[in-house]
Amino acid sequence: MRVSLTVNGRPAAADDVWEGESLLYVLRERLGLPGAKNACEQGECGSCTVFLDGAPVCACLVAAGQAQGREVVTVEGLASRAGEVQRAFVEAGAVQCGFCTPGLVVQAQSLIESTRGVPADADIREALAGNLCRCTGYEKIIDAVRLAAARAYGGGAGSGQAEPAA
Amino acid sequence: MDFLRPRTWDEALAGKAERPDATPIQGGTDVMVEINLDRGRPAALLDLTAVPGLDGWSREGDVVRLGAGLTYARLIAELGNVLPGLAQAARTVGSPQIRNRGTVAGNLGAASPAGDSHPPLLASGATVEAASTRGTRLIPIGEFYTGVKRNALRPDELIRAVRVPVAGGPQYFSKIGTRNAMVIAVCSFAVALHPAERRAGTGIGSAAPTPRRAPEAEALLAEGLDWAGRSPLDPGLARRFGELVAAAAAPIDDVRGRAAYRRHALAVMARRTLTWAWADHIGDDTSESSGRGAA
Ligand SMILES: Cc1cc2nc3c(=O)[nH]c(=O)nc-3n(C[C@H](O)[C@H](O)[C@H](O)COP(=O)(O)OP(=O)(O)OC[C@H]3O[C@@H](n4cnc5c(N)ncnc54)[C@H](O)[C@@H]3O)c2cc1C
Ligand code: FES
Ligand code: FES
Repeated sequence: MRVSLTVNGRPAAADDVWEGESLLYVLRERLGLPGAKNACEQGECGSCTVFLDGAPVCACLVAAGQAQGREVVTVEGLASRAGEVQRAFVEAGAVQCGFCTPGLVVQAQSLIESTRGVPADADIREALAGNLCRCTGYEKIIDAVRLAAARAYGGGAGSGQAEPAA
Repeated sequence: MDFLRPRTWDEALAGKAERPDATPIQGGTDVMVEINLDRGRPAALLDLTAVPGLDGWSREGDVVRLGAGLTYARLIAELGNVLPGLAQAARTVGSPQIRNRGTVAGNLGAASPAGDSHPPLLASGATVEAASTRGTRLIPIGEFYTGVKRNALRPDELIRAVRVPVAGGPQYFSKIGTRNAMVIAVCSFAVALHPAERRAGTGIGSAAPTPRRAPEAEALLAEGLDWAGRSPLDPGLARRFGELVAAAAAPIDDVRGRAAYRRHALAVMARRTLTWAWADHIGDDTSESSGRGAA
């Protein structure tokens, strides 16, 4: 079947899509957007997180046909919007192998945009509960989210740890 | 495999009547896992997410009608006050990404004994609206679960909505898992006080082949709680309540926990949730439930 949708602001279409195929497969294998990662295919790891009509979801659990006519934003499309988040991840040392990073950037961006300030640590942990990282131990990821939020919204909740040590 | 994408509810019902072998898909958080892991391929997917109006809710008197496509995220954001027990349970489902897609109707369709919606739906006495081209059938929640991952829907039926009575008193949900997020319940419990009727509802999750109530424990509360006088909870009554809830379960040993642990945990959760609920009830003289509850 053919699936037409909007991806990162532009119309896109994929042909010969298998009816049981996921949106993740369409993005990565048919539309050349490998930013969202494929790891567990069962919603457990969050590395495939994308925005679907504005809400972060696991692309591996969206049937491709369900995305027909919808608006998808992948990490590739976030560069202008989430540049701060991406930079903060690098500066805070929140990236090691990088496999989890695209999903975390999308999820963190969603949290920061909806909080419109620096989220409390508990809220960061809650928001990122569905994103697994096997490398960093999460502390630096939380630092990165705080840092990005503080830069975007001018400090607000005032966490002394917002700036990276180095 | 076929992919059916009805644009109206009537088309959806016609599609299901024509293709009773089609698997409805809403959030896909159960259906897509099965397909991705190749645990079984449906003959067809019947995608309900293009049907307008399914993803909302409406209030009809003392009942909230949850559309089949209402996500947990919206339920939590919009209905935490009127359906506190269900909203508490929804907050524990998966992760934010899962809650942005998953639905109560999908939880009912899957009918896993561990599904988190079930205990609060049982405790508040919900009704499932099952529809087909033949008409609409209202299934009381207690009759909906028919076996492990089996429910009372007929092959041509779809869930249109779930009707949940607005809370008339305090409600609590409690769940045991290895982490605070992303866990399927080892066991779970919900209690709902219905002061106007001088009774309480219960729901047990993940501790029997199907979600179930604890009728004897409910009878104990109807008899034993001081509904008129609002005196503090008798610790002996709370303990007995926990014992009766544990006795109502029929747990097994499995990868998530042992039967004996589940029974123990249920007794503890039952006692605690009742303690919280009763404290709210007697401390809160201004709630609308007090007016209706006093006879
Ligand atoms: C990572 C992860 C974590 C999870 N954590 C939890 C958890 O903590 N607690 C929990 O309870 N569940 C959990 N789940 C399971 C799942 O998210 C829930 O069962 C959810 O409620 C399913 O809703 P859905 O809309 O995604 O269902 P779908 O996957 O779309 O459908 C589920 C079932 O319901 C049927 N169905 C859907 N809509 C209808 C309808 N309108 N009429 C008739 N049948 C219908 C489908 O055919 C299918 O059998 C988790 C899943 C994942 C992937
Ligand atoms: S690949 Fe989608 S959640 Fe892991
Ligand atoms: S950096 Fe390697 S998984 Fe997170």
